[in-house]
Amino acid sequence: MSAVLEASGLGKRYGRRWALSDCDLSIPAGQVVGLVGPNGAGKTTLLHLAVGLLQPTAGTVAVLGGRPASGPAQLGRVGYVAQDTPAYSTLSVADHLHLGAWLNPRWDSHLAGRRIERLGLDPRQQAGKLSGGQRAQLALTLAIAKRPELLILDEPVASLDPLARREFLQGLLEVVAEHGVSVVLSSHLVADIERVCDYLVVLVASRLQVAGTIAELLASHHRLTGPRRDPGSLPASLEDLVLAYMSRAAGAGHHGPPRPEGRP
Amino acid sequence: MIRLTWRQFRAQAAVGLGALVAVAIISALTGPHLAHLYNTAVASCGAHGDCPAVTTAFLSNDSSLRSGLGILVLVVPGIIGIFWGAPLVAREIEAGTIALAWTQSVTRTRWLAVKLVVIGLASMAVAGLLSLAVSWWGSPLDRVSMSQFGSFDQRDIVPIGYAAFAFALGVTAGVLIRRTLPAMAATLVALVTVRLAVTSWIRPLLIVPLHRDLALSPVSTGYGSSGSGLTFFAMLFGGGPQATLQPSPPSIPDAWIYSTRIVDKAGHALTSRVLNSDCPGLAAGRPGPAGGHARAHVSAGAQQGLQDCVAKVGATYREVVTYQPASRYWAFQWYELAIFLGGALILGGFALWWVRRRPA
Repeated sequence: MSAVLEASGLGKRYGRRWALSDCDLSIPAGQVVGLVGPNGAGKTTLLHLAVGLLQPTAGTVAVLGGRPASGPAQLGRVGYVAQDTPAYSTLSVADHLHLGAWLNPRWDSHLAGRRIERLGLDPRQQAGKLSGGQRAQLALTLAIAKRPELLILDEPVASLDPLARREFLQGLLEVVAEHGVSVVLSSHLVADIERVCDYLVVLVASRLQVAGTIAELLASHHRLTGPRRDPGSLPASLEDLVLAYMSRAAGAGHHGPPRPEGRP
Repeated sequence: MIRLTWRQFRAQAAVGLGALVAVAIISALTGPHLAHLYNTAVASCGAHGDCPAVTTAFLSNDSSLRSGLGILVLVVPGIIGIFWGAPLVAREIEAGTIALAWTQSVTRTRWLAVKLVVIGLASMAVAGLLSLAVSWWGSPLDRVSMSQFGSFDQRDIVPIGYAAFAFALGVTAGVLIRRTLPAMAATLVALVTVRLAVTSWIRPLLIVPLHRDLALSPVSTGYGSSGSGLTFFAMLFGGGPQATLQPSPPSIPDAWIYSTRIVDKAGHALTSRVLNSDCPGLAAGRPGPAGGHARAHVSAGAQQGLQDCVAKVGATYREVVTYQPASRYWAFQWYELAIFLGGALILGGFALWWVRRRPA
C-alpha cells in the first residue's frame, strides 16, 4: 500500500525558531500511528502541516498522495480532530451533525446518528455545555462520519480523565476495526500510544528521532541496548524505548540515533 | 456552506431585524403626522405669506427624533463592522474552531467567500432598509430645511456602501489581527478615519464645483475674522486674526457651498492693505463679526460706515461662490456608493487572498 503520509525535508519556521526541521518520514497505510514527544517537540506543527492548516517553510509533505488541503476532495479524505477538540459552544450537538452533513459530500448520517445515540449525547445539548470527554467524542464523530481514509488526531485525550480517555481510545479502535481507516494520533503519554498504536514516530526538539512499527523498534532497541534478559519476549517496554530516544536526542544535541529500518 | 453561514449568523440576523422593525414602527407611527403637517401648513404657506415662521415651527417637530435617527443611520455601518465583521474569523481563531471549519470538505477560500457574500449582503440590506425608512420619514423635514448635503451620509443609498465597507473592513481586521477585541477596536478606528478622509478630502473633488459671481451686497456683508477652521491655524502660526470683509453665503436652495470669497477681476483675493486704504475708519469702528444679529448691536453710524465701505470695495471686487448645485446630489450619492462598494470588494478580495496563503 502507498504511504498515507510522506514528508521529505519538511520544515516549519516561526520567526527564527524552527518548530519542525528536516523531517523525512514515510508512514504506510493501514496503521495506527502514534506520534510521541515532549511538549513543544513539533507534534502539532507536523499534524497541522499534514492537514493543511499550515504551509511548510521547507520541504514537502504529501498525504494520501496529495497536497494537504489542496481542494475539497483532498480535504474530504482526511478527518481531523484538533487539540482540545474544539466545537462551536453555542451550536447544539445536532447542529454539529448538520454542519458535517452540509460541508462533507460523503457524510454518513447513519454512522453519526448511531454514534451520538450510543454515546448517550442529547442532540439538543449545546456543545459548550458538554463535558470534555463528550466534546472529544463529538469531535471524533464529526471526523469519522465524513468517511475519511486517514484520521489525524492531535492530543485528543490529553485533557480527559482516565475513564473518558479509555472510552475515547476504545471508540477509536472500534472505528479502525470497522472502517479500516489509517490513524495518526499524537500524544505526550506513551501509555496512550501503547494501548492503541502499532507504529511509532518519535519527535524531540523539532527533529524526527525514529519511526517504525513498534514490534520492530522494540526488537532493534534490544539489539542496540544489550542481551535479552528473557528470551522469547520483548525485553524493553515501549516507555523505556521512547525515553531512551528522548535522552539520546537531548545528549546528542540535534543528532538522533541511527534510524532502524521500520518499513514493512 | 450557505446553510452553515446562516445557522451561525441567525442570532445576529435576528438582532438586526429587530432593530429594523423598531425603526419601522417608530417611522410608521410618527411619519404620517409629519407628512400631514407638511401638506397642510408648509405647502400652503406661500399663499399666506408667512413661510419663514411656518417652516421654523415645522422644523421644530420631532427634532430630537430626527437627529436620533440620523445618528442611527451614521453608526449602524460601524456597528455592523465591529460586531458582524471583526469577530467573523477572529472569534473562530480564538476559539480554535477554525481548525474544525477548515478541515471539512470545503476549502477555506470558499468558506470565507460564502460568509463574506451572505453576511455582506445582509449588512447592505440592513443599512439600506434603515436608510430607506429614515429617508422616507425625514423627507418632509428635509424638503423644508433645504440642506440635503448636510444630511448626505444619513440618507438614501450611501449607507449601503458604508455598511458593505465596514463589514469587509471588520473581517479583514479580524483575519489580520486574529483576536476579536483588538480587531473590533481597529475596525472602529480605521472606519472613522476612512469616512472622515473621504468626507473632507475626496468627496469635494469628485465633481468640479460651479462658481457663481455676485456683486458685493452692502446689506449682507459683514466685517470680522473668518470663522473657518483654517483661521485657527492661521492664528497659531501667522500671528493675529486677519480681519476682513465677510460676505454671508447666498441662499442657493439645497446647494453644497464650499466657500464665498471676495476677489477682483483678475481673481486676486481682497487684501487687508486694499481694505484699509479703501475704508480707513473701518478697523477702528470694528463692527464685530459677520451676520445679521451681530450687526444689530452695532451703532447705526458704524453700520453706515460699513455699508459705504462695501459699496466702495464692490466697485472693483466681487463675491465668488464656489458650490455644488442641488441637482448633483444623486451623482454624489452614486459616486460615494461606488467608492465604498469598491473599497469593500478590494478588502474582501484581500481577506480571501490572505486566508488562502496564511496559516490558520
